[in-house]
Amino acid sequence: MTTVEYNAETTSALLYLDGISVSFDGFKALNELSFVIEPGEMRAIIGPNGAGKTTMMDVITGKTRPDTGDVFFEQGKYDLSTLDETEIATLGIGRKFQKPTVFEMHTVEDNLQLALKNDRSVKATLFWQSSAEQEARIDQVLETVRLKHLRSRVAGSLSHGQKQWLEIAMLLAQDPKLLLVDEPVAGMTDVETMQTAELLREINKTKTVVVVEHDMAFVRELGVKVTCLHEGSVLAEGSIDQVSTNDRVVEVYLGR
Amino acid sequence: MMTSHPLIRMLDRGATLFLVLLAAFAIAIPVLNLLVPASSSLHVSTYLVALLGKYICYGLLALSIDLIWGYVGILSLGHGAFFALGGYAMGMYLMRQIGTRGVYADPILPDFMVFLNWKELPFFWYGFQHFGYAMFMVLFVPGALAFVFGWFAFRSRVTGVYLSIITQAMTYALLLGFFRNNFGFGGNNGLTDFKDILGFNVQAEATRNALLVISCIALAICFLICRAIVTSKFGKVLVAIRDAEARTRFMGYRVESYKLFVFTVSACMAGVAGALYVPQVGIINPSEFAPGNSIEAVIWVAVGGRGTLIGAVLGAFVVNYAKTFFTTGLLAPYWLFVLGGLFIGTTLFLPRGIVGTWTHWRAGVKEKSEAARSAAAEDGMLPTAGAPATQPSAAE
Repeated sequence: MTTVEYNAETTSALLYLDGISVSFDGFKALNELSFVIEPGEMRAIIGPNGAGKTTMMDVITGKTRPDTGDVFFEQGKYDLSTLDETEIATLGIGRKFQKPTVFEMHTVEDNLQLALKNDRSVKATLFWQSSAEQEARIDQVLETVRLKHLRSRVAGSLSHGQKQWLEIAMLLAQDPKLLLVDEPVAGMTDVETMQTAELLREINKTKTVVVVEHDMAFVRELGVKVTCLHEGSVLAEGSIDQVSTNDRVVEVYLGR
Repeated sequence: MMTSHPLIRMLDRGATLFLVLLAAFAIAIPVLNLLVPASSSLHVSTYLVALLGKYICYGLLALSIDLIWGYVGILSLGHGAFFALGGYAMGMYLMRQIGTRGVYADPILPDFMVFLNWKELPFFWYGFQHFGYAMFMVLFVPGALAFVFGWFAFRSRVTGVYLSIITQAMTYALLLGFFRNNFGFGGNNGLTDFKDILGFNVQAEATRNALLVISCIALAICFLICRAIVTSKFGKVLVAIRDAEARTRFMGYRVESYKLFVFTVSACMAGVAGALYVPQVGIINPSEFAPGNSIEAVIWVAVGGRGTLIGAVLGAFVVNYAKTFFTTGLLAPYWLFVLGGLFIGTTLFLPRGIVGTWTHWRAGVKEKSEAARSAAAEDGMLPTAGAPATQPSAAE
């Protein structure tokens, strides 16, 4: 793991992206993208399809290497562009995918058991034994996402909304410092959407959260700072009211 | 559930039943062969003992494939290579036991080396006169090959059909190598004309029965190891990798280490199966590396039901019994059609395999009766504490 010296003005940021560019076969998915996330912050990222939201997530989690630019985590301590997915996850960055990805064959409990912050080496899992402490932690996480009554259900049999929540619960069980949440309310009912907003605000009390979302009502409900991406770079940043009245944002994304 | 004691998790009803049946088999066959007179209709011929012993070895090979295919989704189409390497290690021991009883009566060199005019034993044959060393190599050679192969393949994230193809290429490359005389393993003819193992005549009835029993014990031990692996948290990670590899990686699991470990364990088991196979069939030659053999072994697992362990062993028995049946007598020309039909039929009509379909059907029946019971409890106004919330609802 690389530790880097970094200048004083950026040391407070939990996540620091500077001048990130990624291109696939000549198509610039990210173009000089820069922004910072402060510890404890919740940030909503919006933008039209192809704006680079998912590529940005891929760069942060180590799935895609940036062509140029810097990605630093935790006050500039770790250079994420030199680490792989596993190392980044171990540092404390959890990611929820756009399409809910839970382990369908496992029960809700086992899904969380796998997610719990523990030694992830082969040896440790081979000889692993459950403990009361772990069980309590699972209970607590299930309580947070209101899935306690489904503990022994097979995850594949959950509804779409429940799977989304289970995936958020798995993120919580990992106990990350930063949660990246990709379209958490896609396909949810209005009630579920509002419950999810409440859930994320609850989570944000102890963790830093980045939410990528299309649903403007949901973003408004979150009531946090918004970054609008367009063609791989930041188009506008500010409160939802500021961003949604920005002429360029209206033009490329929201429509008149 | 993960909370129960590991032993209880390992030995569920199916696993216990399997071990009991295997033990009964291992006792009954030698008794029926050695103690029941040949005139009795219950007598089991020595030919059949050797045949069943061979099936047990195939069962162990199938088990090793199921561990990686059924639980991690690694479809190896070259597992026959590990089986054959284990077999060759045993064959080398058996060759060195022949000593002066060979055609050329050379105390050190096996016949084929004398025939090729070799003057001294190649270095890689050293030590194989010792049984312990040979048994170590039975585990070590397949294990080391799997480790090196897996190290490169899994680290470069080769998965799915690409991995299957390179495993196939691996076994094919070994096939070509072992065919060559100067490779030092008897070339085309392989290793044969074995005389004795640990001082016992390999052809003797008692030895054949002993080998069958030992094969059953090896199968039981490997089965328990597999059960221990798949019922541990490690096993849950394996299934997680199978179903959502990227998710598992983003969760902080080093997927390649998990695959490498289980692939190596599986290769060692295949090696043991090959080592037990060779003294029972009396020969090992390069045809064991043929890609077709590996594919056939995969079919056994598919027919029996992958991801069930027991199904793999059952599938090996069922398919090989069918093979013995169809390759003797009038039906002999049609075996490959039957095998192909079996594979297509299983894929279309029995995708879970025999054991998988059975357990799935059982689970369905159980769920229905439970749902009916909870519905009855609600109708009868007998609310049990928290029952409706904790049980799967009948609606779904």
